[in-house]
Amino acid sequence: MWRQLLDRFGLPVAFAIVGVMGVWLILMVLLPQWQMIDYSLHPSLLPAERGGEKDVWTLTNYLTFFRNDIHLAIFFKTIWSSVLVTALTLMVSYPLAYYLAKVATPGQAALCLLLLIIPFWINEILRTFAWYIIFAFRGPLNELLFALGLIDRPIRFLNGDTGVLVGMVYAYILFMVFPLYNAIESLDGNQIRAARDLGAGWIRTHRRIVVPHAKPGIATGCIMTFMLAAGSYAVPSLLGSPGSRWFTQIIYNWFFEGGDWNQGAAYAFLLLALCILFVTLIMRIFKVGLGDIAK
Amino acid sequence: MSASRFFGWAIKAYLVVFFLYLFLPLIIMVAATFNDSRFPTVTPWNGTTLKWFSALWADHGMWVSLGNSLMAAAGVLCVAVPIGVASALFLTTVEGRGKSFVYTLILSPLLTPGVIIGISTLIFWRQWGISGGIGLTIIAQSAFIAAYVMLMVTARLQRFDRTLERAALDLGASQWQMFRRILLPYLRPAILSAAVLAFLQSLENYNTTLFVAGYDTTLTIYIASKVRTGLTPAVNALALLMIAFTVVLAVIYEIKRRRDAAARLAR
Repeated sequence: MWRQLLDRFGLPVAFAIVGVMGVWLILMVLLPQWQMIDYSLHPSLLPAERGGEKDVWTLTNYLTFFRNDIHLAIFFKTIWSSVLVTALTLMVSYPLAYYLAKVATPGQAALCLLLLIIPFWINEILRTFAWYIIFAFRGPLNELLFALGLIDRPIRFLNGDTGVLVGMVYAYILFMVFPLYNAIESLDGNQIRAARDLGAGWIRTHRRIVVPHAKPGIATGCIMTFMLAAGSYAVPSLLGSPGSRWFTQIIYNWFFEGGDWNQGAAYAFLLLALCILFVTLIMRIFKVGLGDIAK
Repeated sequence: MSASRFFGWAIKAYLVVFFLYLFLPLIIMVAATFNDSRFPTVTPWNGTTLKWFSALWADHGMWVSLGNSLMAAAGVLCVAVPIGVASALFLTTVEGRGKSFVYTLILSPLLTPGVIIGISTLIFWRQWGISGGIGLTIIAQSAFIAAYVMLMVTARLQRFDRTLERAALDLGASQWQMFRRILLPYLRPAILSAAVLAFLQSLENYNTTLFVAGYDTTLTIYIASKVRTGLTPAVNALALLMIAFTVVLAVIYEIKRRRDAAARLAR
């Protein structure tokens, strides 16, 4: 590898490339993750006790998690809700991605893409805050439902998981639309026309032609959305209530309220392990590689 | 025929609903700025006012956190862009064993939840006595923003015609001259747009920053704490300004894109 870099760029540039990447991957990616795992396997100690006889390898921090029914329940709720968010986002995004890629004229598609990007240049907090206003107890949604005669007293949307789910679909939709759009766009329109000419209906055309072709895009979109949803702190902390806590909020509390970083590190590692598991699972199911994801 | 017409209508209706879903929340958020109410809402409408803009102007904490955010974003720009460019050069040059391992490593920050990146950075630097602040914010954000830069630069590098490189060398240029005069100018547009993206990503980041910011509150953290404690429509005024800024940027970008497209057609 070094030889190829040297041949192409000469010593100074090749050296700079390797040096810069080394600092990044070792100091900013690998070692911090390693340190986090190391932390999770040690008890929380006072600075004076570190390196002493109490500083031993232990699984206590993980056992705390498996013995805490509330935390276990929140962990599984986070998984289930994130899967739900991913599925909902896929359903909402697919028709749009298909329209942009195959139905719209280039001008329409460019305009739609621009309209799509605008809300996503505004940060996640403000996008979530917008829903906070809509869902408020005396907010516009309750007023609208009341005016339509659908409810006779306001609903507390911010008290359950509904708000969190809607807010997350809204916050992460672009991460689904773009991979889908890229994947569908590369499909030759003649294939769709051929399927139609040969008598396939719309549903069959999508199931047999478009969806199989869009697999890498679907996989990428699902991975990104799930990862963002499971790792989100902003949306549940604004749109959720104490009764609908997210796993990230438990992690945060260990760090900044419980003051037990070792315990927090163990919880953080569990979240990381969950995401790695999900990524591998999706790549297996859709039979795609890492190279397809980065496209 | 009637079936495809039905689908035509269905997709139009779907598009309308979709874009309403996308923009109605933003419109309501903006409208609430002008409502003369202590709490941000549009129902009931208590009369129109502009006072929340002056409240925002007078908000010292907001200005401090904006300053922190801009500093962090400038820092991320300086750290993440060189890393991303170096990785892109590496990935488009090197072949053979070990490459897929490095590639996985490079992509891993994109597939790691933001909170984890924040937490691991916080823990790692504690042993050197460095606690949360702008410095750690820059390091933690760059860890994953660099991967986005890499993707954008790689996309352009893959279309690079390597015969240009050989021509330069054959004509007597040194490898450094080739890099400086051929490769970097070719990469300029990709590097510029990656820089803009890195800057914006840094400004809008919350999940990672939350763990590493320490007492150097950034704008997103400030807004989130405002929403939870002491929420007034001044937050909406801030949102309105950010949306206006975004829309202006988007319009400039679109005009430039159309001009470029027209210029390409004319050629």
